[in-house]
Parts: sequence; structure tokens; C-alpha cells
Amino acid sequence: MQPVVRLRSAVCLLGRFPALAGVDLDVRDREVVLLSGGNGAGKTTLLRLLAGLVPLRAGTGEVLGHDLATDRRGHRRLVSLVGHETACYDDLTVHENVRFAARASGVDAPPEPVLEQLGLQPLAAVPHRRLSAGQRRRLAFAVALARRPRLLLLDEPHAGLDAEGRAALDQVLSGTAQSGLTVVLASHELDRVRGLASREVVLTAGQAHGSVPEPASVPDPEAAATDSRPPARATGERSSG
Amino acid sequence: MNLIQEALLVAGKDLRIEARSRVTTQQVLPFGLIVLLLFAFALDPDRGVLSRVAPGLFWVAVLLGTLLSIGRAFAIEAENGALDGLRLSGLDGSALFLGKAGAVAVQLVALEVLLTAGVVVLFNVGLGGIAPLVLATIAATVGLAAVGTLYGVLSAGLRVRETLLPVLLLPVVAPVLLGASRAWEAAIDGASGDAWPWVALLGIFAVLFTGIGMLVFGPLLEES
Amino acid sequence: MTLLNPRVSRILGWAALAALAVLAVFGLWVAPPDRVQSDAQRLMYLHVPSAWIAYLAFGITAMASALYLWRRTRSPVWDRLAASSAELGVLFTGLTLVLGSLWGRPVWGVWWAWDARLVTTAVLFFLYVGYLALRRVPAPIEARAKRSAIAALVAFADVPIVHFSVDWWRTLHQQATVFTPSLNAHIHGVMAFTLWWGVVAFTILFVYLLDRRYRLEALEEDLEARELTLAIEERVQGAGLTAPPEHVEVGARG
Repeated sequence: MQPVVRLRSAVCLLGRFPALAGVDLDVRDREVVLLSGGNGAGKTTLLRLLAGLVPLRAGTGEVLGHDLATDRRGHRRLVSLVGHETACYDDLTVHENVRFAARASGVDAPPEPVLEQLGLQPLAAVPHRRLSAGQRRRLAFAVALARRPRLLLLDEPHAGLDAEGRAALDQVLSGTAQSGLTVVLASHELDRVRGLASREVVLTAGQAHGSVPEPASVPDPEAAATDSRPPARATGERSSG
Repeated sequence: MNLIQEALLVAGKDLRIEARSRVTTQQVLPFGLIVLLLFAFALDPDRGVLSRVAPGLFWVAVLLGTLLSIGRAFAIEAENGALDGLRLSGLDGSALFLGKAGAVAVQLVALEVLLTAGVVVLFNVGLGGIAPLVLATIAATVGLAAVGTLYGVLSAGLRVRETLLPVLLLPVVAPVLLGASRAWEAAIDGASGDAWPWVALLGIFAVLFTGIGMLVFGPLLEES
Repeated sequence: MTLLNPRVSRILGWAALAALAVLAVFGLWVAPPDRVQSDAQRLMYLHVPSAWIAYLAFGITAMASALYLWRRTRSPVWDRLAASSAELGVLFTGLTLVLGSLWGRPVWGVWWAWDARLVTTAVLFFLYVGYLALRRVPAPIEARAKRSAIAALVAFADVPIVHFSVDWWRTLHQQATVFTPSLNAHIHGVMAFTLWWGVVAFTILFVYLLDRRYRLEALEEDLEARELTLAIEERVQGAGLTAPPEHVEVGARG
């Protein structure tokens, strides 16, 4: 089966800074891949690259069959990204926010089931601005799921998430085989997530390797730095200049 | 969903937010009236000048109100990073444009209705030539909403957007101010025949920039 | 890195200087003073060529923007050209307005008149200023280029509408007044030649300056690109990963 994600020597810029300086990544269908690495390692940028929100500066990338170099918009409806902000509207209620996001992505189903899943049903008529931080995180998660994505990208999903949300999140992560969802998440809560992830990829200074899925043992972050194999570097600029 | 349905979805979302937050009704409409009032202070009602220049003052007030409306239309997308949500949604750029511009146009019409009452009452203007008056207003409003939304998304992600928007937008809409003011003057003076050519100019402007906006909104959204 | 061969550029620079010197001689001495406006009319020899360059520069900015946006011809050359042309354009547009004002003062007695061409030029000035303000906002090169190109084309689409509406407006206005101030002088013979020479001289000057400005823009971008390469290397080395880079074949890893 075609990999859901396939990156080779991917380079991405944030302004002029090379946030990603050569990333190799393979993600297979229904996998849960954990991205770990220190602050500033490039995890957020990598997730945004997979969502097609930032352009690929060098290297190759393919997500859900779409070439990121030529068509980074085509797969967006199939991808949900939960970032640091909720991407919701302050004056719309929980129900309205989820419904708008779903309908905008072409999903016409009512939001109730997803709200149930995240325990947001009682808050359905509450506007976003009156939600607590934990409730907002759950709402962001609900919006992401309501769009029925194939690939779910989560950036530090546990940060600020309350107990109810964590339980729901754990359920989603462990149920990907049945739901058909593929998940890539960046997290600092390694102990919690390692058990649920099928694989861990360590991002260091904008680079990541290990494209061949290894068994569920956790690679030592130090080993990545002293790896004797030379890192695959981005070779050359894009010809579009 | 087809283009129109998507546009209606987006416009509906914006108008629903306005209905809840009431920013237009509580801030933009009063702003328009205050501007009219300030014109009276600046131009001294006793000199008999106000009623003659009222059409121009009306449209300057509408123009300034447009700056606020456009700013607000994109401020709601900026809070909580909703712009990313729009990008990920896969909604067509043209639909997004029509939806946002449409919502702005509706709010501008509300402003114009109020300000019309304002000039009639405050500046003692007698309305005449309703047909060219209304058509000129509609065409001008569509033009303002279209160009405004275009420059709004262009400056949306930039930190300097509040000061950049006016300097980009106002020179481009100078013909709208010109045409709409002259059309209103002609209509009010009873010379409707003179108004129609200006209405045609406003119509061409509206169609041209709606077309341009539909084309470039998507690409501009990516870059903001 | 440059638009023109450096030698050609240098020749153009001298040619511009020479042409302007000739223009000065013709404009100030050889050409006779106007019957109505006397010596004030001599400003026309600067004002009209300046206006021509202002519009030419705008056209170049628009054309370069279009070429940048069209994928098949997309190249940083067009972006740099658009920016350089716009900067010169705002300079010449400003010059046109100032000269128009200086010319108008003795003729009309006022510093400004709502003449159709002056007004349209004033709007053009502000369209340029907006474009340059947009370019000054910090952004990655490609994003800025795309955004500016679209803004330039939107402004370009607006210019005919501005021109037509202002022209019609001022024509209507002038029908109502007895005195119709005009910056038209009766042109024939030596005066016509001087005017055309002015246009030629200014055009040579413009092309020379455009090349210089383009070079500056290219150098700045080159600097940014080098800083980028440096930043990538620093980042990798700073993290203690092995350097220098080697090309590794996909699949060659264990």
C-alpha cells in the first residue's frame, strides 16, 4: 500500500531560517507516529509541511498521493491539523464552529457524535470565547475529527488538555486500525504517548532520519547525533529560484 | 458544494458572527455618524455649504467605514488562527472571496442606509432621482467591498495591516468616490440623465474588481 | 545580476549625462520662450518627459509583475525589475508633480490646479507609494514577490479607470468655467524638437538608473541567499551532527 507520507531530504524555511534542514519520513496507513525532539527542532514546521501549509523549499515530499512540490493544496481536505491555536471563531458556539468546519470541508453530517466523543455536548451552545483553555483544546480536536480526515496531525495535543480530553485522545490514538485514521503527533509527553505510538521519529535541528519503520523500541536521542551514517542533506535549491 | 453554496456558507458565517458580536452596529455605524457630525464642525453649517457638498461627505464617510469593516472582516480570521482553518478547509478561493466580500457589502449597505438618513436630517438634503441614487449606491458598494476584501486578504497576515490597508486601498477606490459623489449630486439636483454615465462607471469598476478578486483571493490567502 | 552588460551600462550613463546637457542648452537657450507663458513654459521640457517616464516605469512594473506571476516565465529577474522600476517610477512621478506645480504657479497663480493629468498623476503617485510600502514589509522573498506582483497588477487595472473618470470629471468641470487653465503650450519647430530630445534623454537616464537599481536589488538577494546557506550549516553544526554534507542515495541506509 502507498505510504501516507513520504519525505526525502525535505527543507522548509520560516522566513529565512531553515526550520527543516533535511527530513526523511515515511508514514504508513493507520500508523501512529510520534515526533519527538527539543524545542525549536522543527516539529511544528514539519506538521505544517505535511498539511500543505508551508511550501517545500528543497527535497521531495508526498502526502496521500499529492506531490507537495506541485500540489500542496489538493490533499488539504483529507488532513486535519490541530496546532497551538484552535482556528475557531470567538463568537460562534461550539456546535456552530464544528458545523462550519465540517461543512466547509464537505462533510455534511451533524456534529453531535463528535461532540459526544469529546464530552462537549453539554457545552454545545457556549460561544468559543467563554470556554476554558481545556475546553478550547477539546473543541479544536472536535473540529479536526468532524472533518473526517485520513491524516490527523497533532501538535502537542496534550498541552492544556483536560482529563476528559486526554481520555478521548488516547481512544483515538489506539483506535486507528479500526477507524482508518493515520496520525502523526508531536509531543513532549513521551511516556504517555510511546505506548500508543507505533514508531518514534526524532527531530534534531531540523533533520530527521530513519525512514524504514523499526520495531517499537525507542531510539536513543543521543545516538542520532553520533550516528556514523552521514546525514542525507538537501542537495541544491529548487530551480524555480 | 458549488461555488455559490460555498460563498453563502462563508458569508453566513461572517454575518452570524456580526449578529452575535454586533461590532458593525455598535461601532461602525456610530463611527459613520460621528464622521458626519465632524464634517459639520469642520465646514460650519452656517455657511450654507453642507447641503451642497453632502454627497461627497457621505461617500467619504462610507469609505472610512469600509476601512473599518474590512479590518474587522479579517480580524475575526486572525484571532485564534482561523485563517489556517480556511486554508485547510479546501474551500475554493473564489467562493471565499465572494462570501467575505458579500458579508462586507451587506454591512456597508446598513451603514449607507443610516448615513442617508444622517445627511437628510443633519445636512438638509432632499433626495431625488431615487433610481440612479440606489443603483449608484449598489454598484459603488459592490466595488468597495470587492477591492477592500482583495486588499484585506493581502494584508491579513501582516502585522502592519491596520496602517497598510488604507494606503493600499484608498488610491485604488478614488474613482468610486468620484463616481458615486457625482452620481448622487446629479440625482439630487434632478439631473438624473447626468447620473447614469457615472452609474455605468461604477458598474464597470464593480464587475472588474469582483472578477479580479475571485481570481487572486486564493493565491493571496496562501501567502498571508 | 544586471540587466545590461556593464560596459553598455557605463556608456548609457555617459550618454544620459551628455543628452541631459544638450537638453539643458536647448531648453534654456535655444528654444524660444512661449508667447503666452514666456520662460515658465520651459519647465515643460522637464515636466513632460518626466511624466512619460512615470507612466513607462509603471507599465514596466506591471509587465514584470505579470511575467513573474505566470508560471512559465516565473523568475526572480521579473520581481527585481518590478521593484526597481517602481522605485524609479515614484521618483519620476513625484518630480512630475513638483514640476507641474512649479510650472503652474506663474501660469495660473496657484500652486496646484485640478487639471485632469495632474490629478491622475497624483493618484498614480499614491498607487506607487502603496506598492513600495507593501514591499517594505518583511517577508520571505517569494511570498513578497507574489503579493507585490498581484498588488501591482490590481493597481495597473485601476489606472485606466482613474484616468477616464478624472478626465471626464474635469472636462465637465471646465465646461462650467470661463477660464480653462491648461498646461498645453503651442509647440512647433525647435520647441517640438527640444521636447522630443527631452523624452529621449530621460529615457536613456531611466534605463541606466533601472540597471543600477536592479543590480542593487540582485546583490541584496544574493546576500540573503548566502546568509541562508550559512544558517543551515550553522544549525546543523551547532547541533553536533556530522558535517560536511554528502549526497546519500535513498535506500543506501541500513
